[in-house]
Amino acid sequence: MTTPSLLNAFLSVVRRDLILAYRHRAELINPLAFFVMVVTLFPLAVGADVELLRRIAPGVIWVAALLASLLSMDALFRSDFEDGSLELMVMTPHPLSVLVLAKVSAHWLLSGMPLILITPLLAAMFDIESDVIGILFITLFLGTPVLSLIGAIAVALTVGLRKGGVLLAILVLPLYVPVLIFASGAVDAAAAGLPVSGQLYMMSAMLFLAITLTPWPTAAALRMSLS
Amino acid sequence: MLPWLTALMLALLAYGLYGGLVLAPADYQQGDSFRIIYVHVPAAWMSMFIYMMMAVSGAIGLIWHIKLAEIVSICSAPIGASFTLLALITGSLWGKPMWGTWWVWDARLTSELILLFLYLGVIGLYNAIEDNRTASRAVAILALVGVVNIPIIHYSVEWWSSLHQGPTVTKFAKPSIHIDMLIPLLVMAVAFKVYYAIALLLRCRNELVQREQGARWLDEILEEK
Repeated sequence: MTTPSLLNAFLSVVRRDLILAYRHRAELINPLAFFVMVVTLFPLAVGADVELLRRIAPGVIWVAALLASLLSMDALFRSDFEDGSLELMVMTPHPLSVLVLAKVSAHWLLSGMPLILITPLLAAMFDIESDVIGILFITLFLGTPVLSLIGAIAVALTVGLRKGGVLLAILVLPLYVPVLIFASGAVDAAAAGLPVSGQLYMMSAMLFLAITLTPWPTAAALRMSLS
Repeated sequence: MLPWLTALMLALLAYGLYGGLVLAPADYQQGDSFRIIYVHVPAAWMSMFIYMMMAVSGAIGLIWHIKLAEIVSICSAPIGASFTLLALITGSLWGKPMWGTWWVWDARLTSELILLFLYLGVIGLYNAIEDNRTASRAVAILALVGVVNIPIIHYSVEWWSSLHQGPTVTKFAKPSIHIDMLIPLLVMAVAFKVYYAIALLLRCRNELVQREQGARWLDEILEEK
């Protein structure tokens, strides 16, 4: 039996996860619905003052995206852990970190991407100017993969536990802080008419750091959870 | 060793408190309120120092599978969390008369609060996993990820505040601290370190005895005593 190449392995894991998700289409809607719901709650809670809403909208959207991503994280390794395919992945000759990266990519395509795509609509509902929407869009595009990658570490640590939910939030949220700060900083600067390239470069740096560094602790944590 | 350390700590603590609360001159701006720094600043230093201890010993345990390093790592967490909490509480007690508010979303305060959450995460994770060895390794991974994040959190928060807020009240705007104030402060810092050593040793002994229940070497030692 020949072993497939690393790229093949990566792509087949991505494809498998996408197909699995396609077979359970209804579940795909959940994070998205949650995201929109949380954002909707804010005008109800703080009142429909357009000026105020416009000012807090980027922060609201970012926090909602963060919570939605947190909510969907738990599913990342759960089903694979329960049906044993995670163990098979650990036993393949390919490095586990690459397979982890594949799983996270698929997960981001399914949970992060829809959030980003619906954001312009929400932003328009909050009456944000179009160039600020553009910046918000870019920060989400750079930031949500980082959220998925960092969250994967915590999910891998808690996947073996029966009651991982709240613990997951406590583990993950402090680590999400830098992304949130730079993203909202960029959007605020854009709204004030200031240059935002610094924040965007910083976020890109975080994205690449996360892509290269987080798969290792995630893989180590998965091995530990399985042992 | 424990009695010696305890004596040393008590002596340092007594001198530090006396020096800080009685001998040191009152601050020209803040009067006597500034004296809380003799608890606050060492506690804040310890909160970061203990996190580093936890992460480093966690890494040692992870790499070389030394059981004792794992125990040191996990036993540090509650001590560190309490120092962080102490720093936060004393800080806000000081902030009320000085800044006129209990809490400011200032860079230092926010990053200290996040540090507390990191500690709570570590403790929560350790308690959630049944098997001690596995839990120690999980905690070590988490602590290491947290270490990468601490400078990022610190600087990002600092940067973010400087963007949002106007002039923030800085803690030590004075160019240098008077020597009479500094010495008790340093003595207090050393006293806190020694306290940490004592608490750590006690906790580690406890944890070790619990983990190794029924081991022959343990029974032998216990019989000797």
